[in-house]
Amino acid sequence: MPLSNEQIKHKLVEKFGEQIADFTEPYGMLTFSAPKELNLKVLNFLYDNPDLKFRFLTDLCAVHYPDQKGSELAVVYHLHNLEDNVRIRFKIFTGVDQPDVYTATGLFSAANWMERETYDFYGINFVGHPNLKRILNVDEMDYFPLRKEYPLEDQTRTDKDDEMFGRGGFEGFGNERTDHGTLIEADKKGEGENII
Amino acid sequence: MHEQHIKLPEGSIEKTTTTLNLGPTHPATHGVFQNILELDGERIVSADQTVGYIHRAFEKIAERRPLYQITPLTDRLNYCSSPINNMGWHLTCEKLLGVKTPKRVDYLRIIIMELARISDHLICNSIVGVDAGAYTGFLYVMQYRELIYEIYEEICGSRLTTNMGRIGGFERNFNDIAFQKIEKFLKEYPRVQQEFENLFTRNRIFMERTIGAGPISAERALNYGFTGPNLRAAGVDYDVRVHSPYSSYEDFQFDIPVGTTGDCYDRFLVRNQEMWQSLSIIEQAYRKVQEFKGTEAEVYHADVPEYYLPPKSDVYTKMEALIWHFKIIMGEINMPAGEVYQSVEGGNGELGFYFISDGGRTPYRLHFRRPCFIYYQAYEELTKGAMLSDAIIVMSSLNLIAGEMDA
Repeated sequence: MPLSNEQIKHKLVEKFGEQIADFTEPYGMLTFSAPKELNLKVLNFLYDNPDLKFRFLTDLCAVHYPDQKGSELAVVYHLHNLEDNVRIRFKIFTGVDQPDVYTATGLFSAANWMERETYDFYGINFVGHPNLKRILNVDEMDYFPLRKEYPLEDQTRTDKDDEMFGRGGFEGFGNERTDHGTLIEADKKGEGENII
Repeated sequence: MHEQHIKLPEGSIEKTTTTLNLGPTHPATHGVFQNILELDGERIVSADQTVGYIHRAFEKIAERRPLYQITPLTDRLNYCSSPINNMGWHLTCEKLLGVKTPKRVDYLRIIIMELARISDHLICNSIVGVDAGAYTGFLYVMQYRELIYEIYEEICGSRLTTNMGRIGGFERNFNDIAFQKIEKFLKEYPRVQQEFENLFTRNRIFMERTIGAGPISAERALNYGFTGPNLRAAGVDYDVRVHSPYSSYEDFQFDIPVGTTGDCYDRFLVRNQEMWQSLSIIEQAYRKVQEFKGTEAEVYHADVPEYYLPPKSDVYTKMEALIWHFKIIMGEINMPAGEVYQSVEGGNGELGFYFISDGGRTPYRLHFRRPCFIYYQAYEELTKGAMLSDAIIVMSSLNLIAGEMDA
């Protein structure tokens, strides 16, 4: 009998109790979260349990939610049980001040570069990682570019003055004047056309 | 007199190994990435990869773009099979938006995705041949990749970075020339593929160069997150088209070829067999498409007014069409909040899109699962103890595409 989301949920709750929370099923994929200290325990349990067997790490990435104070960064694991063909999504949240998370490289060799990439873009410090350094960006970079506080364009640039593309001497992210041809972050949720 | 003019790094006199920079612009790397090899004679002691030379921050750029403007970004991931990336992205959006595409669209998409897979595998396999010293195969099959690109041209107007299709379907119906060219391809290609295999598969030199080069066990391959032909060559029959069917792949009959040892030769054979399977899928899909008659044969997109541009003639004559056109082009449509993971079987394996929407007009977060990036980290394990010439052939048989790796 194929593994159902209910069974996975039941197993997890049986093992970890209240600590596994936020069970949802967006578009059919079971999603849940755990405290960040538990990430390896949960991953190991999912890997070793003879009924679960989530032994394929499909994807690992991070998300930044600047408004969630104390848990600004999420690390998202996509796991796949290839035998029963079930996918799950597992999240942990960490504060941006001390983004220390245990590394999963001991369990999955694939996690090595995925964690380096996550560190590179979000600054998540994977404790115990064998070689945690930048991978896609230059080594000299001193910030984590995919965090939401960094605007897409370097707003300090003065060599280009092009209002059509958001470089018209504006003051920063979201404060730009709306313009034809520019899609503005601040107006993302606005009603109707805010075009001047 | 005794002053030393050349300052050598400390320890370099005593060192018994040689450091060799393979890349970033070495002609045998077929892409911009660097390998710092530590060589003992001609044996590889260690390999240290540097990637990111063509990193273009697609994930960041995507956070400021409406959905239709992200399609051209996906072209530039695995540029040997961009239609698969385009379709994967449309499927992701359609999943989030809850769009149901008509069967004819699904089949047309399958035709184009399988053509893309053939062109991808074709390049990879013939490049393996080039790196083994056999240029003929590469030149011979190039003509048929050209034919595939001509089919793309008929469908979307461009060849390499295709930006093909829209959310809900295609921008226009396939024209007669496109169908004629697909027919021509189906008729002529099997002979070429057979000839190509005749050149290589039992060629003594080719076999000696590739058998046992860069092998990996199924267990290690899974642990390294291998997908696609490289995983199947190691003996695991995981294929996204079968395990999580998308775009009506469940309507088709095809086999998943697998290898046993996961070495370069098995990867080569698996790719060849996959091309035969792709051919059979195209044939089935082509026949299914021909079965649509009357108005059904004119269907090439779903009804999604919020994302699919209205016909140009309506834009100039009807108010509603003009408004929709404007809203779509300006990216002024709020999409539903939600998070979705959709993967497709790309040329190199599972190409995944993890898409988080907060209900705004652009993605809140978009992450690409790029198969190349994930399996390239196994390169050191694959080449350790091998000869330098093996390192090169392993690299080409893994089909590393810098655009996909660096996103």
